[in-house]
Amino acid sequence: MGTSTKTAGETLDKQEKTAAVELKGAVFTLPVLKLHSTDLPAIEHELKVHLARGLNFFKHAPLVIDLEAIDEQQGRKLDFTAIVSALHRMQLFVVGVRNTNPEQAKRALAAGMAVLKGGIAQEDISSGKNTSAPPPATSKTLSAETTKVIHQPVRSGQQIYAKGCDLIVLSSVNVGAEVIADGNIHVYGSLRGRALAGVSENANARIFAQVMEPELVAIAGNYQVFDEPNASNLYGKAAQIHLDNNRLVIAPI
Amino acid sequence: MSKVIVVTSGKGGVGKTTTSASFAAGLANRGHRTVVIDFDIGLRNLDLVMGCERRVVYDFVNVINDEATLKQALIRDKSDNNLHILPASQTRDKDAFTEEKVGKVIDELREDFDYIVCDSPAGIEKGALMALFYADEALIVTNPEISSVRDSDRILGMLSAKSQRAIQGEEPIKEHLVVTRYSPNRAESGEMLSLDDIQELLGIDLIGVIPESEAVLQASNSGVPVIRDEQSKSGQAYQDMVARFLGEDIPMRFLEAEKKGFLKRFFGA
Repeated sequence: MGTSTKTAGETLDKQEKTAAVELKGAVFTLPVLKLHSTDLPAIEHELKVHLARGLNFFKHAPLVIDLEAIDEQQGRKLDFTAIVSALHRMQLFVVGVRNTNPEQAKRALAAGMAVLKGGIAQEDISSGKNTSAPPPATSKTLSAETTKVIHQPVRSGQQIYAKGCDLIVLSSVNVGAEVIADGNIHVYGSLRGRALAGVSENANARIFAQVMEPELVAIAGNYQVFDEPNASNLYGKAAQIHLDNNRLVIAPI
Repeated sequence: MSKVIVVTSGKGGVGKTTTSASFAAGLANRGHRTVVIDFDIGLRNLDLVMGCERRVVYDFVNVINDEATLKQALIRDKSDNNLHILPASQTRDKDAFTEEKVGKVIDELREDFDYIVCDSPAGIEKGALMALFYADEALIVTNPEISSVRDSDRILGMLSAKSQRAIQGEEPIKEHLVVTRYSPNRAESGEMLSLDDIQELLGIDLIGVIPESEAVLQASNSGVPVIRDEQSKSGQAYQDMVARFLGEDIPMRFLEAEKKGFLKRFFGA
């Protein structure tokens, strides 16, 4: 299993529906819980404090545990099964563990966790910044990239693809140009060309533009053309586009 | 240090060759040793506009293929010793071009000339890519209409991706916008794109606006760069453009719609 990136034109409808399963790759942003101690009660207590501070968006979140700072020679051995169930009680679901040594990896697998490799340097979670980790259960190393930032105008005939991340264009996207991202697309000038966000099936991706005048927009394969400038009263204004029940919705920013 | 300037547009018929001829003649007239190269292999025009078509013996492709020396192929302008023309071949095709061979000729020209003006063919094929590959600066020739602007946008993209400076990660090519065949009356009435529209769409600095004028056609037909027609508005506008290129701060002229005077209105001129 590897990752596949769907091209713009593809939609879900065209895929094989007769098969019972389908294996696909996708890139997810997951919160990472970095442990500094093997002391389970202490971990539990601190997490409760964090959650009480209103970090509610972690509720029901899939979580990756990072063992980089753990030295089991010094402290006690981690009880993975106990940690998983403790976190579960707080409605956090551990999907994997990373920065393990081979022995820890064995114990993690035994506790039903996937062992992840790669992932980019993490920001402090409580600062509100997104953290990212590669999708679980892949055998190959997958590293999530940081946001792709374009400073120049994207001109006719040019195509920019932000693989596995967001795309920020600090200038305009001109007619005949195409910007594509696995994540969100932000255009801090005029969006006059084509913009395709969430191309690897990320239905939560959005498109933002200071001046929304696109030829075509698409999110996760659902597309819309703007052949009539008055198709939306937000045409030419600052606007965002998101997906609601497979329908593209344009809204003011 | 010599400079290579490409005159390009993407679209055909917008005034690349006219601009190349007048720009090169203007630089030479101000005392700079200048050569203008016709990259339009197979459809050569520059020699006609420069009035030297009967003096072409060897051409650019001959030089590239080592069939002639650069000295043999260069044609000196009749009225300006500072100005030379390297004509295109009418019979060969553009497959003769390789980056290496063109680069060798450009390097040789750099030794003798202050400015090397490359007159690009239309399109985005090999000839156009070769013309822009070694450029330090670019004149983007655009007409005030939407298809020309879009093609210019395309070629600007190529400048920032396919040029030597882009590939080697050097300082990007300096881009200048030249709007040709501009008619203030028609821009005012909305028939043409306005200068503001064009600049908004392309996002580069304007260096010259050449008004639509019969003098351009007459000059081309008589083989004299229009910049030498000091009576014509187009000639004066090209003079201004050359001065701005050389760093002078000159306001744009011929941008206002002409008010028809009483007599003109009366006689319907």
